[in-house]
Amino acid sequence: MVFQQLINGLTVGAVYSLIALGYTMVYGILELINFAHGEIYMLGAYLGIIFFGFFTAAGLTAYSLPLSLLLTLVLSVLFCSAYGFTMEKIAYRPLRNAPRLSPLISAIGMSIFLQNYVMLTQGATDKVFPNLFGSSGFSLFGARITAVQTMIIIVSCIMMVSLHMFVTRTTMGTAMRAVAQDKVMASLLGINIDAVISMTFVIGSGLAAIAGIMIALYYGLVNYSIGYVAGIKAFTAAVLGGIGSIPGAMFGGLFLGFVESMGASYISSEYKDAYAFLILIAVLLIRPAGILGKTTEEKV
Amino acid sequence: MKGLNQFFIVLWFSILFLPFTGIKASLMLFTLLSSCVLLFRVFMKYGKGVREGVRRLRKRMDGVKMNPSTRPIVFSLLAGCLFCLPFIAQNYLLDISILAGIYAILALGLNIVVGFTGLLNLGYVAFYALGAYTYALLNVKVGLGFWQALPLGIGLTGLAGFILGVPALRLKGDYLAIVTLGFGEIVRLVLNNWDSLTNGPNGVSGISPPYLFGMPLGILNRYYYLVLLALIVTYGVVGRVHESKIGRAWIAIREDEISASTMGINTTRYRLYALVFGSLWAGLAGALFAAKMQFVSPESFTFMESVLILSMVILGGLGSLPGVVVGAVILVMLPEVLREVQSYRMIALSVGLIAMMIFRPQGLLGGLAKGR
Repeated sequence: MVFQQLINGLTVGAVYSLIALGYTMVYGILELINFAHGEIYMLGAYLGIIFFGFFTAAGLTAYSLPLSLLLTLVLSVLFCSAYGFTMEKIAYRPLRNAPRLSPLISAIGMSIFLQNYVMLTQGATDKVFPNLFGSSGFSLFGARITAVQTMIIIVSCIMMVSLHMFVTRTTMGTAMRAVAQDKVMASLLGINIDAVISMTFVIGSGLAAIAGIMIALYYGLVNYSIGYVAGIKAFTAAVLGGIGSIPGAMFGGLFLGFVESMGASYISSEYKDAYAFLILIAVLLIRPAGILGKTTEEKV
Repeated sequence: MKGLNQFFIVLWFSILFLPFTGIKASLMLFTLLSSCVLLFRVFMKYGKGVREGVRRLRKRMDGVKMNPSTRPIVFSLLAGCLFCLPFIAQNYLLDISILAGIYAILALGLNIVVGFTGLLNLGYVAFYALGAYTYALLNVKVGLGFWQALPLGIGLTGLAGFILGVPALRLKGDYLAIVTLGFGEIVRLVLNNWDSLTNGPNGVSGISPPYLFGMPLGILNRYYYLVLLALIVTYGVVGRVHESKIGRAWIAIREDEISASTMGINTTRYRLYALVFGSLWAGLAGALFAAKMQFVSPESFTFMESVLILSMVILGGLGSLPGVVVGAVILVMLPEVLREVQSYRMIALSVGLIAMMIFRPQGLLGGLAKGR
């Protein structure tokens, strides 16, 4: 029973981690809480359903299921990245030098816009993702691990490792870290700040899209309002691990997933969504820098 | 060259919308956007006079500062109109006016926190809910009247502001926003799940309207006067505090916290004052709301409600008292006027928020100094 909950927590936590990475990367570079990031994840889930439905109707799924899923994934990631890129251009770039309140409010506006845009075009009712794998899976130490859970955990691991490689080993990744440390200095050294910021949004949105598709596969149901709660939880995960820190976001997501599945089964499932808020408030009050974060002195 | 660029931008958006809207709507959108761009280009080329006019209007709105001698006249005219409203208006309009009044009180309260002090409070609706539920429960379960329950409700919301503020105000701006948001959600979840006290999602019904000297104020035109009175009191008190030492300290904190603290302002303490003083008004508005609806449920106190109140403050102008009242009236009235397109209300609101931040961060009747 405990092991089962651990597996469930790991699955959900991996998804939170993927979303949290987007928050943490954007915060690391812009010091902006990208409120609309949760909505990008929701868009990803919808796009997954839409493209998969399209490929099924076109007969591709019947021909080859993995190919159809892969194409769905690629297209959704592309579209979500495009959404993230456009969002930054419209709502955040003009406000880069505005008082801190302004981009935050415009982010809230963006989030409400995307939610209602999806509600109007796709309807307010739940959308169903077809159950592709039935109940196939395997047993381990008395716990049942479904095929979808295995896939989520594997894909998340691959994504996190490749993101880590990208940030530490490539030129673009180095530029990102430089911009996060000191924007002015980075631009003096010839780094194109705008391109780096756009890239951050593109990557973060792509990860959120993957998270969205996987959660659609896992739960089978998608609603236009899932982005808000998932966004808050992922933000909690990012803060928990230390905002701005990439390993921190991964750790925070997994931790939150565990706490939630344990809390839901042993304390009360009605307050399932409240655990994230309580953890968030507690972390901010006790250790605002997060568990893996560094405390920074405020510059005068 | 520029035209080609604009064409690609339009194409980009149409493709972005394609999976969600389908091919037909996306094509329609493409045509619509293209024609908008074309019209805009024609306008930019030939509409010099109009542009000049818009520029002058914007300039004039920046300087909405009434001549001190005309101020009493304008105010008494306005007061007269508001006072006479129940004699000429139908119930429908009165109903909306009452709602607008309640929202105006909320907006004035939130304005203290966001507009004066520059702290983003995204959980303001929690205080509103506390005020509403305090009156509802005290009335239904204990049997207290409106006037006995009101001070308790206001006191409780103030206390809640204090309890939230003491730990939360050590945090920087964005984090404070998130913590208040979390607070709002927790309050809603508790109201939703504590069945034995709050009756859960079904809400509390059978709340009695207030009485004054044995006269029930439940009738619309009497209730209108009660809300009007509450609004005037709120406006007056907030206005006086705004001009006091405390108010000036708040504005100093908003403009530059470090300078403010070097000038001897205890920033933490004044921010706490702002949070507590701001939440009191939500308690008042909540009690008024519960007494008007005679029913409260957690559904009325979602995050969207917080955003709506915040939009009123931003639309009217952060920090401007007449501005936020105008903002509240506009945002309550507008959906009533635009009934047919009501499903687009939130879209318009969100686009308005973003556009406001980019093009006119100081709001319609700007009270906020321009960006640093």
